[in-house]
Amino acid sequence: MSDVVKETVDEAADIVEDHAADEHDHALLADHDLHDSDEHVHHTSLGISNTKLAMWLFLGSECLLFGGLISTYMLYRNRTSGDVGPDQLWDIPFTSASSFVLLMSSLTMVLAVSAAGRGDDRNTKIWMGSTAALGGLFLAGQVYEFTVFYREGLGYTDSLFASSFYTLTGFHGVHVAVGIIILLSTLAMLAKGKISGDKAETVEMVGLYWHFVDVVWILIFTLVYLIPA
Amino acid sequence: MAIIERPSDTSTEVTAYEPPPVTATSSYGYLRRPVETTGWRSWAFTVDHKKIGIMYGVTAMVFFIVGGIEAWLIRLQLASPDGTVLSADKYNQMFTMHATTMVFLFVMPMAAAFANYMIPLQIGARDVAFPRLNALSFWVFLFGAIFINSSWILGGGADGGWFMYAPNSDVPFSPSNGVDFWALGLQITGIASLVGAVNLIVTCLNMRAPGMSLMRMPIFTWMAMVVQFLLLFAMPVITVALFLLIFQRNYDATFFSVEAGADPLLWQHLFWIFGHPEVYIIVLPSFGIISEVLPVFSKKPLFGYPFVVFSGAAIGFVGWGVWAHHMFASGLGPVSVAVFSVATMAIAVPTGVKIINWTLTMWGGKLQFTTAMLFAVGLIVQFTIGGLSGVTHSVAPSDTQQTDTYYIVAHFHYVIFGGAVLGLFSGMYYWWPKIFGRQLKEGLGKWNFWLTIIGMNMTFGPMHIIGLQGQPRRMYVWTEARAGEGFFNLGFWNLVATIGTFVLSLGVLLWIVNVFVTHAGKNKAPAAPLDPWDARSLEWLTTNPPKPHNFDRTPTVHALDEVFHRKYEDVGEPNEEGIIQHEYVQRATLEELVAEEEANADAHIHLPAPSYWPIILAFSLPVLAYGVIYSTWLIAAGAAIAVMALFGWALEPADAEPTDFDPPSDDGGDSSSKELAHV
Repeated sequence: MSDVVKETVDEAADIVEDHAADEHDHALLADHDLHDSDEHVHHTSLGISNTKLAMWLFLGSECLLFGGLISTYMLYRNRTSGDVGPDQLWDIPFTSASSFVLLMSSLTMVLAVSAAGRGDDRNTKIWMGSTAALGGLFLAGQVYEFTVFYREGLGYTDSLFASSFYTLTGFHGVHVAVGIIILLSTLAMLAKGKISGDKAETVEMVGLYWHFVDVVWILIFTLVYLIPA
Repeated sequence: MAIIERPSDTSTEVTAYEPPPVTATSSYGYLRRPVETTGWRSWAFTVDHKKIGIMYGVTAMVFFIVGGIEAWLIRLQLASPDGTVLSADKYNQMFTMHATTMVFLFVMPMAAAFANYMIPLQIGARDVAFPRLNALSFWVFLFGAIFINSSWILGGGADGGWFMYAPNSDVPFSPSNGVDFWALGLQITGIASLVGAVNLIVTCLNMRAPGMSLMRMPIFTWMAMVVQFLLLFAMPVITVALFLLIFQRNYDATFFSVEAGADPLLWQHLFWIFGHPEVYIIVLPSFGIISEVLPVFSKKPLFGYPFVVFSGAAIGFVGWGVWAHHMFASGLGPVSVAVFSVATMAIAVPTGVKIINWTLTMWGGKLQFTTAMLFAVGLIVQFTIGGLSGVTHSVAPSDTQQTDTYYIVAHFHYVIFGGAVLGLFSGMYYWWPKIFGRQLKEGLGKWNFWLTIIGMNMTFGPMHIIGLQGQPRRMYVWTEARAGEGFFNLGFWNLVATIGTFVLSLGVLLWIVNVFVTHAGKNKAPAAPLDPWDARSLEWLTTNPPKPHNFDRTPTVHALDEVFHRKYEDVGEPNEEGIIQHEYVQRATLEELVAEEEANADAHIHLPAPSYWPIILAFSLPVLAYGVIYSTWLIAAGAAIAVMALFGWALEPADAEPTDFDPPSDDGGDSSSKELAHV
């Protein structure tokens, strides 16, 4: 265990160093682009790659999706049936732990993106794998939590609170699951050398999506679990 | 593998279009890439934004006819008291599907057709940013549209009105599967809109030719981009609403069941947060089109280009703050009503700015009343009428009186038909020679225009009167006993409206006739000249129709109205007050300019390669949707197809490998290799 921690700390130190080096490289690269049209570099009007811009736009759209779902939940959070409501159901220590796991997966994702930026395939694969594993652990926690809630009498159709809670957290869970599939697929394609185009950018895009899903969970955890009903 | 294209040798004459030579090289993934350049395969697997644009347009016109037939049946039912053409149930389905078809399956895809075709040409790009995603958008839209309409043969269409208020659209009140088809189908077409929005925004922002700054972008591209932003943020909201409705109807959730304590306004809020931006999604593309057409046929630049741009953007922003004006009668409370009332009056301002700009564009110009120009002027007039009745809705007490009457129907038809549809026709007449290489007949076009205008005013004008007299919308009969007397007699005006529908239909029929007469038969139109209208913007700096790679040489842009400034030179001198008196002298014809581009063609042009995956991935969606209604097994099958297609897509490189490039030519001319297509 302590080895992993040490490696993580080393990685973090590397990132700081690499960052300074990257800045230098970028400056050189930009200069290079200006003067050499022979390179197959994608010139774009804004200077940001098409894929990255598209991912940001898509995530902007996703904000509205979760906005709608969160609004529905906030409207219905007090409309429980019987005494099966947030106060009876929430197990804050457990959900805090699974939230922590998901947050840590963002850290491993950062390490994966950083490794990919250095062209370090081995560490990219290790950290993407770790991210998928942590995401899987979070998802397992969610399944466990849903099972407990169901046993305590919170079926999907039992109350407006139940429907909107399961819909909101379920949509988030599906996003995590899709993220895990993307991580594992990218990992496999990386291992087999099947990624066309810029490897580092591909990993970065997976990272953007993954961080977004994490950030949404922070919102959901705060609004759904932490704020008293 | 990719399609490698070599421009023809440096000849200076304008040659007729020839299909480019195609080379197939290495293949990836689990299917070889399609390589056909002719036949149905060249359309089904294409990623060319121009072909996709044409397919969008054809599909949209087919659904325009479908929606038109639905409108006939509605008007025939209401032509006389106690109509017997349709049952109450069929009537409900008819007005619901008429609106759904016209909004989601005609106006939106028709605008998407123009956006797809014109944006890359107007910004000097060789294709959109993500050509395969573009193909996906179209096929998803087409399959979604077919899915919605398949409800007609599978138990009847949706019957809750186009805004499908829940809980009225819940199973007890709408037991057929119509609403399920509607909700799932709109979910599918929503995916098409979302993918298209991301793609076209990236295209507008990132694929512009050198020198094409944002404030030199042609105005249609600007308006289309604002629309894509609206789609980007509006679609997820309706997605949430539709999911809640689907879960309620199919999985027994109670989001909208008032007896379970649900809030009946939840659906209305979610729907109209999408629904009001949707109004601008419908109308802004047409605003963009006529902002292109009016300057060309007035021989003047667009008056106040930055104002038109920013008022379009302002409409895009304020459009998010007025949704509750659709809900004044629902008991929102005085504060909400006052706020949304004022916001609604405010949004009339940027719209008014545009109307003034269009009018001043024509002011003092050398007006040429071609059919495209007639439709554009028609839009200004008809949309202004619709806009004025819209302002009467912003006055909440007045709106309470008008809600759910034919006055509302009159208003939104003046806005949608008078605003959006006339603009789309203007665009068709204007860009037809660009897209198809022949000009639609002007004579028939004028008949087309006048019958359409007379027909629409006969159809929708009387609805103001019958609405203010109190005839409710969505009632399948009206009775003689309460029809009123004299000028306000409902019977007379309902009959006029019905006759108007057929005059309008005749106008549209002439458009179809015009298309056939232009392209077939012994009187077919000759090949259009390169510059039939003395046009101003960049899409004209290429052949008619454009080559697959759009431009022989990537244009460098120096000005707004680039093509105009390449043709004309300003020789004006300042007068004694120091104000430059512009005087333009023609220095070049478009034929000469295009010939120059051909002579200086880029040596290697690398186009995105066709792909099977967009159509296969799109096909999985209706399978999934039928599964939600009929069988879990179909859901599994749809998911399997989707997963297979997604992996096939991911494994097929969008960018061809460097080895796929044709070898450097002898003169070392590969320094200008162009590469397109990502994803």
